Amino acid sequence: MSDSRSSGEAGGTPSASPGVPMASVPAQRPEAIRAVKLRHPWRIAIAVILIVLLVLFVLDAAQRKAFGWPDVAKYLFDIRISQAALITLELTVYSMIIGIILGLILAVMRLSPNPVLKAVAWLYLWIFRGTPVYVQLVFWGLITLIYNTFVIGIPFVHTWAVIPITWVPPLFFISVVGLSLNEAAYMAEIVRAGLLSVDPGQEEAAKALGMSWWQTMRRVVIPQSMRVIIPPTGNEVISMLKTTTLVAAVPFTLDLFGRSRDISAETFTPIPLLIVASLWYLFFTSILMVGQYFLEKRFSRGTGRGRPAVGVADAGVNASGAVAGVGIDIGGKG
Amino acid sequence: MSGSVSGAATNTNPAPAGAQASSPMVEAIAVSKSFGSNEVLKSISLNVRRGEVMCVIGPSGSGKSTFLRCINHLERIDAGRLYVDGQLVGYRQKGDKLYELKPGEAALQRRDIGMVFQHFNLFPHMTALENVTEAPMRVKGLRKQDAVAHGRELLARVGLGNHASHYPSQLSGGQQQRVAIARALAMEPKLMLFDEPTSALDPELVGEVLDVMRGLAESGMTMVVVTHEMGFAREVGDSLVFMDGGVIVEAGDPRQVLTNPQHERTKAFLSKVL
Repeated sequence: MSDSRSSGEAGGTPSASPGVPMASVPAQRPEAIRAVKLRHPWRIAIAVILIVLLVLFVLDAAQRKAFGWPDVAKYLFDIRISQAALITLELTVYSMIIGIILGLILAVMRLSPNPVLKAVAWLYLWIFRGTPVYVQLVFWGLITLIYNTFVIGIPFVHTWAVIPITWVPPLFFISVVGLSLNEAAYMAEIVRAGLLSVDPGQEEAAKALGMSWWQTMRRVVIPQSMRVIIPPTGNEVISMLKTTTLVAAVPFTLDLFGRSRDISAETFTPIPLLIVASLWYLFFTSILMVGQYFLEKRFSRGTGRGRPAVGVADAGVNASGAVAGVGIDIGGKG
Repeated sequence: MSGSVSGAATNTNPAPAGAQASSPMVEAIAVSKSFGSNEVLKSISLNVRRGEVMCVIGPSGSGKSTFLRCINHLERIDAGRLYVDGQLVGYRQKGDKLYELKPGEAALQRRDIGMVFQHFNLFPHMTALENVTEAPMRVKGLRKQDAVAHGRELLARVGLGNHASHYPSQLSGGQQQRVAIARALAMEPKLMLFDEPTSALDPELVGEVLDVMRGLAESGMTMVVVTHEMGFAREVGDSLVFMDGGVIVEAGDPRQVLTNPQHERTKAFLSKVL
């Protein structure tokens, strides 16, 4: 009886606190278990087969002419390609920034007590989430055909002036508009989930202190919702980087994919240039994935667990403190 | 049905200038409130004098928390009239017509009424000091150095002078609730509402929060306390209200009500909790 008890104790908490009076059995460390490890022969077998297949594929690919490896090497750091990569990054960054700001506005509209704002936000989400982004981009490309005049007057009754719109927006601008308006609809849902994740007691406490609705949002609710909003937003950035290839629908062709297609149309080497473009996309998404890994680690801290140790809590709270600043910045721009 | 009890000697604070010392701090006249078809408050009438500590007891679902939330307009009342410091809560009266207050006007009323919640509701992304200085700076427009000085004073008053830079997650429940009290006091309220302030605490932490509340009562603060702490009600309370099923069943001096309840329902409730 006392034997089983002491071994159980040692297994559970090796360093039993000295304050707790134990049975008279002295707490001595039992001998470590030296058992024969369970073998997993199938894991090794499958791994060997896969490695062999991979080596065969690589060797085969290296000697196939169609891949055009010399061309890959030649164009990978071509100035045109790296410039196009920069444009792809610009498309991604601008579209995401505008998408996040609009998404925040839409989310707040959806959660506002005003039924008109709610309905407008709902209608927006319905249209932009319900149609393919490719189709939307084609539409934005044709916008100058649809809106080529500006009419001043009473609709259907009297027209005073018809002003032709001569400004033709740059295709880059149209691409950013198309991507960001579509992104806003998805960001709105992410932000909404984040705002709803904040305990209603927080809003109540702020209200009871006499804080206005906007003060409550900006100072209390939005900073706390960032923990829920940031990780999926990282996903959206990665997704957006790849979605920028669809600007071909505008048609805007100076991005990474469009540029590599243009080059290959001249050189008749489509496959090497697809590989070049893919390598660049992989490079960017890899960087973003690493960034996202750290962001997620940082923002999942202190959630779903009990009260953390003081040191950990300190770091965790500092993280959310830093995020409070982000929230304010976004709010300020919005 | 008045909760006021004569003979209580805690009314030591002078009434604010402009307000008549004799007028009650809270005056409820036939206050009623329903959630859908569920009538939570049925014609509640009571007065809370200036400097009075009123404890409200009763089984859960009796409407006591709802009544508290009506006092600072976190809930809208359906019928009756509710006055705080002579001002109609949530509405403006012109002639015999009532106009709903704009959100900004309602917020203006709330800043004079402090509220302490069962689950503290501290802002977890702010330190204890930032929790206390947030509203004075944002709502009252206090300069940071003034708000911080006052905030430190208040934290010291609730015994947490050394914890100003701690985040809520680094504080015990009792400490968090004391920060929450300091946060409410930072707005220099004329009335403090406590919604079961010790119900979410470990038993060993209840005492420290009650001590702070006792000190607050002794300083002359007008308080309405929804609580299950009969000892606190007996020692600190000037009056006691027992609510059940949305009505005030019994009210009076806490020592009398607790030791010699007149109503069967009160007797049954007290026999279970005492």
